[in-house]
Amino acid sequence: MTSYLITGASLLGAKTADIGISEGVFVDPKDVAGKRGTTTLDASGLVAFPGFVDLHTHLRQPGGEQAETILSGSQAAALGGFTAVHAMANTTPVADTAAATDAVWRWGIEAGYVDVRPVGAVTKNLGGSELAALSAMAAGHAQVRVFSDDGKCVHDSGLMREALRQASRHGAVIAQHAQDPQLTLGADMNDGALASSLGLTGWPTVAEESIIARDVLLAESVGARLHVCHLSSAGSVEVVAWAKKRGIAVTAEVTPHHLLLTEELVRGFDPVFKVNPPLRREEDVMALREGVASGVIDIVATDHAPHTPESKECAFPEAAFGMLGLETAFSVVLRALVEPGHLDMAGLARVLSVRPAQIGSLEGYEKPFAVGQPAHLALADVTAAAGTPHGSLSTNNPFESWDLPGQILHTFFAGTQTVLAGELVERESLGTNKGRRS
Amino acid sequence: MSARTVLSESDIDRTLRRIAHEIIEAVPLSNELVILGIPTRGALLAQRLALLITGITSEEVAWGSIDVTLYRDDLATGGHRTPAPTQLPPGGIDGKVVVLVDDVLYSGRTVRAALDAMTALGRPRIVKLAVLIDRGHRELPIRADHVGKNLPSSHGERVTVSLRESDGHDTVQVVS
Amino acid sequence: MKHLLGTQDLSKDDALRLLDTAYEFSAVAHRHVPKLPTLRGATMVNLFFEDSTRTRLSFEAAAKRLSADVMTFQAAGSSVSKGESLKDTAQTVEAMGADIIVMRHFSSGAAARLAHSGWIQAGVINAGDGTHEHPTQALLDAATLRDAVQDDPRGKDLAGLHVVIVGDIAHSRVARSNMWLLNTLGAKVTLVGPAELLPEGVADWPAEVMSDFDAALDSQPDAVMMLRMQNERQEGAPRVSLTHYVRDYSLSSARAARLSTHALVMHPGPMNRGVEIASSVADSAQSVILDQVRNGVSMRMAVLYELWGARS
Repeated sequence: MTSYLITGASLLGAKTADIGISEGVFVDPKDVAGKRGTTTLDASGLVAFPGFVDLHTHLRQPGGEQAETILSGSQAAALGGFTAVHAMANTTPVADTAAATDAVWRWGIEAGYVDVRPVGAVTKNLGGSELAALSAMAAGHAQVRVFSDDGKCVHDSGLMREALRQASRHGAVIAQHAQDPQLTLGADMNDGALASSLGLTGWPTVAEESIIARDVLLAESVGARLHVCHLSSAGSVEVVAWAKKRGIAVTAEVTPHHLLLTEELVRGFDPVFKVNPPLRREEDVMALREGVASGVIDIVATDHAPHTPESKECAFPEAAFGMLGLETAFSVVLRALVEPGHLDMAGLARVLSVRPAQIGSLEGYEKPFAVGQPAHLALADVTAAAGTPHGSLSTNNPFESWDLPGQILHTFFAGTQTVLAGELVERESLGTNKGRRS
Repeated sequence: MSARTVLSESDIDRTLRRIAHEIIEAVPLSNELVILGIPTRGALLAQRLALLITGITSEEVAWGSIDVTLYRDDLATGGHRTPAPTQLPPGGIDGKVVVLVDDVLYSGRTVRAALDAMTALGRPRIVKLAVLIDRGHRELPIRADHVGKNLPSSHGERVTVSLRESDGHDTVQVVS
Repeated sequence: MKHLLGTQDLSKDDALRLLDTAYEFSAVAHRHVPKLPTLRGATMVNLFFEDSTRTRLSFEAAAKRLSADVMTFQAAGSSVSKGESLKDTAQTVEAMGADIIVMRHFSSGAAARLAHSGWIQAGVINAGDGTHEHPTQALLDAATLRDAVQDDPRGKDLAGLHVVIVGDIAHSRVARSNMWLLNTLGAKVTLVGPAELLPEGVADWPAEVMSDFDAALDSQPDAVMMLRMQNERQEGAPRVSLTHYVRDYSLSSARAARLSTHALVMHPGPMNRGVEIASSVADSAQSVILDQVRNGVSMRMAVLYELWGARS
């Protein structure tokens, strides 16, 4: 395995230092400097971040390989500076057994670009009526620690309570897609005046807020951890803030697109802006940003949702929900949170790496750059303009025509370089598959 | 850019009077005569001619306007504008002697469009053409029966007709 | 104007130009030969994913009066029901020579989606998309109002007029398109319907919204526009009982008698006689319903003419 001496990087935008990598872990740079077999990388002018961890990704394999595969999704992730992604269970077939989650885990290892952490379904076939084999998935090779029916809401309170209880026994967390199905029948965009003008069915914020309110109380009653996916409204931020104040063990995520885009973009009826939960108002975007700044919202998670062209080449109501996100997440977070002053670089590292790893029980991210820890690293030029995405198989990127800042130039996954000078390292050239979770 | 006046207000008045007399001579029965102008200025001239003829003969003269916008052959290349009104006199044009009136005769395509437009409105016995200015450069076999002034011009020049009713004063200018 | 997708974004200048052009075109119907060569060589395609005979025939009549060629594509039993996408259907129709596509679709925003997709070069006319817009209907309604109120309507707007629109506002694209256009032309709009059939978030709309039809009539409007009770566009069972609706929202002869003598009775058609409008009222001297149909042809001629002239 190659050793690396990375010189002159600004660690989280603060002090400039050298970084040493050897045998897949961070080492004292003096131990690799000048040694044979060490590749030197000049990182002056670049900011060093711990490898990013996405708690919410859709890799589509098995069953949806036209839109994305575990390989292409991993590559998109690496280009975005990620070294770990949690692959949601709404594949075909659904990942509701240990055999299914273990298969995803193996495909991830074969791909070799990031740690693919399979998410197990909460209910069988996402049907919402019978719990899936949570214990088996937690005990399998993949060691599942995040369960979610994402795409759908676990609506049955009895099932949700039981799922929270069981997940808690394995140190796992239930990640809820909060959307009351009865309140959002046929809904395509945010409910309100704009939806009425455009003649589209609205998705009211109360459909999200009421489920979060119920779930935090359920989590409290059984002493379990709860994670809430993709908050989209000011009201949801308030509910989570209330729950945290009360001492409930709830964590929350927000997507990059909900930090930057509003429902006004739906006026043109372009389905690239159709997403679940929908884009909402300016007030909601501001409240979500402040939520991250104050810590009520713990992390940014992409909800990367690739779709084939035909799924979006139709009228708005017929189109599929979802946007790409892995390759643009860093740039959007810079624009939406860092530039306005809600986060500094250390804060960015916290919401994109340290905290998501913590919530997903993923080891090796607790102390960025610490000697002995797996060498998960992203080096970025925060002054450059963002590059154009080219890892994902799909093209439903809502930021197509935007001028966003920041480019990830180098990514290291457990000491193996996956991205060099903004380009993917070819699969054949990746180092041996070492450096899984310890 | 320079502008040269070729007809003054009194020139235009004298010219129209002469054309009015020519029309009276060519069409003795005034109840057969319909003067149809092509908007905008052709229609204004048609109205003036009708009044002049009435002033000379003391007989009412039927007049109206015929819009050619929807019959143009250059719609594809930008001849697109809001159609102007087509207003025929109460007696129509069937069996009449129609004198088409326009301010400037150039390629002849406007007159061709007017002849086309007329076929949808009725069947005159005879159609004649009266123009204030003939500036040559015909692209179709069309000629005027009554011409106010022959004005040889080059393609680079523009012939501008201003009329009191539409532009506040009466002149014909050549702009090059 | 490359496309006509709605009236919400139609400028006053563009609207007046269309109204004035339609006025000139309406004279064509009375001519010896009621036909113009203006769009000879153009091909207009009716792309109808939703049933409609009247609008389709109206566009057909307009195209033929301008000497354009017409093709019609109806969704039922077509390639679309076999899963062909909107993109493929539109591209196929253009490949067969369509210069202008007139589309009626069950999804809101479908015409805008098609127009801005980059899949086709043809101009797009929205003939009704879901519950979103039906611009040619609003334009012909405005033309009918203008003609009735002004002796020489050319160049004139609708300032000072008050129009009351009654019916299932929530599901009506005709109500929306009319509201935007009437507002642009300076008229005041009142929308009336039972609470169950009024949409959310209408506080921001440029119209007065109320549920009391009789109170709206008391304000002596210049026109009352009755909408058809839309049984086929409501989700699930109709939420309003027909008896209740007829009692409170129908333009009965008693209600019509309270209108001022100059007030107009309008309906986009097709009518449910005895439901939203009494038969006698539909046939009364104040009804301009047939004028709306006539103006529909000349207005669609004006729109076709406008789009034909805009192609590059």
